[in-house]
Amino acid sequence: MSETTTAIQAAYLLGLGDDALIYSHRLGSWLTWAPLLEEDMALANISLDLIGQARAIYTYVGANDGTGRSEDDIAYWRDEREFRNVHLVEQPRGDFGQEMARMLWFSAYQRELYAGLAGSGDAQVRAIAAKAVKEVRYHLDHASQWVVRLGDGTPESRDRMVAAFTWVAPYIAELFQDDAASVAAAEAGVGVLPSSLRAAAEATVAAVLAEATLEQPAVSRWHARGGRDGLHSEPMGYLIAEMQHLPRSHPGAAW
Amino acid sequence: MATDVLAAVRAIPDPEIPVITIEGLGILRSLTLDDAAGEVHVVITPTYSGCPAMRAIEDSIARVCRAHGLSARVTTQLSPAWTTDWIDEDSREALRRFGIAPPGPAGPGGATGSGGPVPVTLGTRPTGSPVAEVTDRHTPACPRCGSERTSVLSQFGSTACKALRRCDDCGDPFDEFKAL
Repeated sequence: MSETTTAIQAAYLLGLGDDALIYSHRLGSWLTWAPLLEEDMALANISLDLIGQARAIYTYVGANDGTGRSEDDIAYWRDEREFRNVHLVEQPRGDFGQEMARMLWFSAYQRELYAGLAGSGDAQVRAIAAKAVKEVRYHLDHASQWVVRLGDGTPESRDRMVAAFTWVAPYIAELFQDDAASVAAAEAGVGVLPSSLRAAAEATVAAVLAEATLEQPAVSRWHARGGRDGLHSEPMGYLIAEMQHLPRSHPGAAW
Repeated sequence: MATDVLAAVRAIPDPEIPVITIEGLGILRSLTLDDAAGEVHVVITPTYSGCPAMRAIEDSIARVCRAHGLSARVTTQLSPAWTTDWIDEDSREALRRFGIAPPGPAGPGGATGSGGPVPVTLGTRPTGSPVAEVTDRHTPACPRCGSERTSVLSQFGSTACKALRRCDDCGDPFDEFKAL
């Protein structure tokens, strides 16, 4: 960022880091609750990749936005309104089918995002993205396989997947919404316009749905919005309380 | 003395897979000794963004340098992104002997390539999926019995860098270092 750093570019990057951190938190809540031991490990590993991505983004933003914040300051000492993640990632976990529907959309989005950011004009953003895009391919692969297996599976698993894609549908538009920060970051050559990622991500999801013999869900009458402006849904407050409880109860605790 | 400390840093074992060194794994990107300052400058790169072993590796480097009367300056560098192609031949053999199948190529067409979709066999499903990109483009042999007939149980194993496979002949499950 250096001289061209502006608060608005930092806000853009924080939004991407917050998406990764908050989704990693939700995925972490699957530990010991997944349907298979292998899935406990898979979801925890994917969660770990996302924490790593968030850490790299937070460290970079904190060191360059003039605040001197550490990654922990950014993760644990901001309040709900300062988080810029989309509503999709803050929703509590539902059944396993819902998680795979959410993961399919999120990883399809992230793959296009990081592929685009791998061409960013900012060297560190480029480095973070070039690394992350390789990890996200495995996440996308994992979600794709489960959606196919469950969608084209038993009547029960199929019904669950249909319900899962209906559940996730209202949260998708927000991923591809061009807010002021992303427009500014794209104009500065640091970021990519979210709307420019939509067609490719939709094509990825459509191909998986077709393979899973599932129909596209009906268009939702309402859409989540406001996450990039710090306006969140009710579950976010509880998530923040749980996630930040330890460092706030024991400031400066380290191990 | 100088060559001693450099060799000792190169020989630091990976904390999660102690049969290979940080140099053999390809995460040691540069190593220089500043004699005047009494400092060793070490550049390392993580395997995965969230690799939890990075702190342990930094601590090991500092400890080894201290044992040689030197301080360590450790820098973490993300670019160029680490790839399993950087794992050297000796380490691949050490992994195999340890019971972990070494990774296949990560180059074009692999996990990092821009090659087209690769068909994937989904458990008992005989037909290939046109959407999965990274699964099963490489079938590693069983590190125990050597059989080429092995299948994926999960792409995510006991650590971020490993997948879990099973040998279709001897029936043993085993870890695979997955291509990245």
